[in-house]
Amino acid sequence: MYLNEFLLLSAVLFSCGVYGVLARRNGVLVLMSIELILNAVNINLVAFGAFHGQVDGQVFALFTVAIAAAEVGVGLAIVLLIYRNTRSIDLDQVAQMKG
Amino acid sequence: MPVARLLAADTANLPQHIAFGLLAVMMSFSALRVVTARNVVHCALYLVMVLAGVAGIYILLAAEFLAAVQVLVYIGAIVVLFLFGIMLTRAPIGRSRGLDNDQRGLAAMVALAVAGLLTALLLDGFGDDRIDLAGPQRSGDVGLEIFQSYVIPFEVVSVLLLAALVGAVVLARRD
Repeated sequence: MYLNEFLLLSAVLFSCGVYGVLARRNGVLVLMSIELILNAVNINLVAFGAFHGQVDGQVFALFTVAIAAAEVGVGLAIVLLIYRNTRSIDLDQVAQMKG
Repeated sequence: MPVARLLAADTANLPQHIAFGLLAVMMSFSALRVVTARNVVHCALYLVMVLAGVAGIYILLAAEFLAAVQVLVYIGAIVVLFLFGIMLTRAPIGRSRGLDNDQRGLAAMVALAVAGLLTALLLDGFGDDRIDLAGPQRSGDVGLEIFQSYVIPFEVVSVLLLAALVGAVVLARRD
């Protein structure tokens, strides 16, 4: 297998995630797009690990999975709090700190 | 032409190439639907497809422990968390407009630019590097690596998970 097959697939996932983060206004959907980006990173880590014949890539991917789980937990708690305070999760409405 | 060379499957491991092609098409389509679908629940279900595809990619890369973790943690826990988030925030379950903001064109341009730039860079940098999975990367080796070289980061991750747990509880608590 070519290394580039995996890297290009992950680039596609990453770009989809970037589009989602920029274009979505629903807080939960933005978090989903961040998951796409993190998975793209994980594919890259594992592919490079296999390319070099080392397991370090897999170890780092495991750490990323754990951190992604923590991020989703806290992120959804924040979205829940925004919903409780403003009765919507429209991120465009969250502009209290806009100067 | 690097792209043509990339797409020409070598006959040595044709089944892997076929599996990769199927997974890649499924994942690309599902990822696109995650960020464009008009129904929030459909987005979560398309996300399941992407995550399952990633698990398949891990198996193609002989990382079977990571594939199991992917299914357990992502599909089992994180997607369920997303569905809880959708229901708790009473997002419109049916089709709904207004999921996107008014900078979709700009966002699409940025995403296409990122994709084009990454593709050009990757084709230039790793033109015909091959992965040869000579020896199996056993799960036991991953465990040894974690508990020998990466034992301090591993403990730090445990503390991070505890902090995230406490933080989520404190944030979501009613008082």
